Amino acid sequence: MDFLTWGRNPWDQAILTHVSWDLFWASLFAGVVFLIAHASYMVLSAHRKRHASETDAMEAARPDLPERIVRHSMVARMFHWVMAVAMFVLLVTAFFPIVGIKFAWVTWHWAAGLVLSASILFHIIHASFWLNFWSIWVGPSDIPELKAEVMREFGHEVPGPRPGKYPLGNRLYHLAIVLAGLSVVATGLFMMVRVRTPFFTRNPYLFSDGAWGLTYVLHGMAGVSLVGLVIAHVYFALRPEKWWITKSMILGWITRRQYLEHHDPERWEISRPR
Amino acid sequence: MAVIRDPMPAFELFQPTSVADAQALLDRYGAGAWVLAGGLDSFDWLKDRIKRPAALVDLGGVAELKGIRERDGGLEIGAMTTLTEVVHHPIVRERYSILLEAAESAASPQIRNQGTIGGNVSQDTRCWYYRAGWPCYRAGGNICYADTPESINREHAILQADRCVAVSPSDTAPALIALDAQMVIRTSDGDERVVPAQDYFVGPAIDITRMTVLQPGDLLTTIRIPATWAGARFYFEKVRDRQVWDFALVSVASAMVVKGEDNGAIIERIRLVVNGVAARPLRLEAVEALVQGRPRNESTAVIASNRAIEGAQPLRFNAYKLPLMKNLVKRAIRGVEGGTWTS
Repeated sequence: MDFLTWGRNPWDQAILTHVSWDLFWASLFAGVVFLIAHASYMVLSAHRKRHASETDAMEAARPDLPERIVRHSMVARMFHWVMAVAMFVLLVTAFFPIVGIKFAWVTWHWAAGLVLSASILFHIIHASFWLNFWSIWVGPSDIPELKAEVMREFGHEVPGPRPGKYPLGNRLYHLAIVLAGLSVVATGLFMMVRVRTPFFTRNPYLFSDGAWGLTYVLHGMAGVSLVGLVIAHVYFALRPEKWWITKSMILGWITRRQYLEHHDPERWEISRPR
Repeated sequence: MAVIRDPMPAFELFQPTSVADAQALLDRYGAGAWVLAGGLDSFDWLKDRIKRPAALVDLGGVAELKGIRERDGGLEIGAMTTLTEVVHHPIVRERYSILLEAAESAASPQIRNQGTIGGNVSQDTRCWYYRAGWPCYRAGGNICYADTPESINREHAILQADRCVAVSPSDTAPALIALDAQMVIRTSDGDERVVPAQDYFVGPAIDITRMTVLQPGDLLTTIRIPATWAGARFYFEKVRDRQVWDFALVSVASAMVVKGEDNGAIIERIRLVVNGVAARPLRLEAVEALVQGRPRNESTAVIASNRAIEGAQPLRFNAYKLPLMKNLVKRAIRGVEGGTWTS
């Protein structure tokens, strides 16, 4: 399997042109294999939630908490779903023609790319000033939580940090999607300069042939990565034990019991209603 | 331009004598197979060593792909029928003279003796940047060398360009679209698919690496021309730099049925197609709808020609194609004798 495709420019220099579209199939395959492997594992997996008795006790101790805990504001949910639609349009318009479903995809692709770029920009501003910016990121301070999660995964009852607002898996996924998403958006915006749009005067010479090649390769790499990442995301959103999280992305709230069952109130504090 | 190197790269040569055998070979070699009809497009690619197929399937010995037959009141033309045979066929001359004119305008007598109608409609674009083997969009790369600030793009597209600005070089294609022809394709799984000529050609927006809907393993076997436009009033004109052995800068083909005579004639129905302005021959459906039911006069021709070029985006060196296309559309509707040439 080739990873990259090369060509020779008019000066007979070897230039990169694209990633090999074999990588798309590899990413699709990896996503499906992960899905099957995880689903098989979950059949045997130990229960990771708190015991019902422990949650009962916590619920009894916290009557001050509201019945519904707001997890995602309307604005955050709107961003998520706009981004999701844009991402699906981008993946469909990018890869359906490659698998043989031909249609005029370019305009739809860059239009969806602009929607995605705008929604990401909005999200960065919104998360920086209106949300707890660091709640979604991972860092060395999360190692104890990782250890505890791994031990629980193997059926051990271990004390230790439970997640704050976002489970560790969510945060790791967010990191991956940030890297792939920002790469695809940044390169895609430059690539728009090469096609006819109402926004720019075409300029195929903005970069050298070599730099354009790297731009296309990075765009392709990030694009095929997103195939696997999106498969994983949709899979987790549909898993029964994660459905409460998905539901919160639709309705905006989780129950008090779900909050206490899955989160560490010390790490995700809910202000008492006045 | 690429340096011509006479020795072609090595390939397996197959000369099947039936469509079934040809299909089996195409199936066996997949994308590595190259279909050879008259060879006038193929040998350029091969001698320039730009295309390096593993197998060449020469259809010259497949008798069932040759000849012109009457069918359901219309005609069925085998894909391997030469352009000269098309030109000399009495029924083509009598009922479908637009196809005669189009076929006769192709290249030179020697080339028409060798070139086939299937090859003429399925040939690749003549964009020299692409044919030089550079990694442009059409060749699977990420740039159009013909659409840069200093490109020599006098012959390129003014309409429906999408990254690639190459144009279709086929002379018979606009005539076949005007006649509502049907392209019969034998697919790799042995099925027969009938595609309207209008949909046989694809633009870069849909598939930037192909000129037609043919996929590896597919074979164009016949072209069916229905009786719909037999004996209609036809117009074909091809404008080129020299009057022989040249591709069209712009060509126009129309088939028209009118009611009444001379200045009182009303356009009942019409097909209007232009080529040389986009990567595929363009049927001007909006113009057809506009002129249907109108008198066939100068005023209608002017309205039609203005509508025809709406949305055109000329490149640095081909803005001349706008007035050229306008005037050809005007003449296709009004006729040479009545249409005044305007710039």
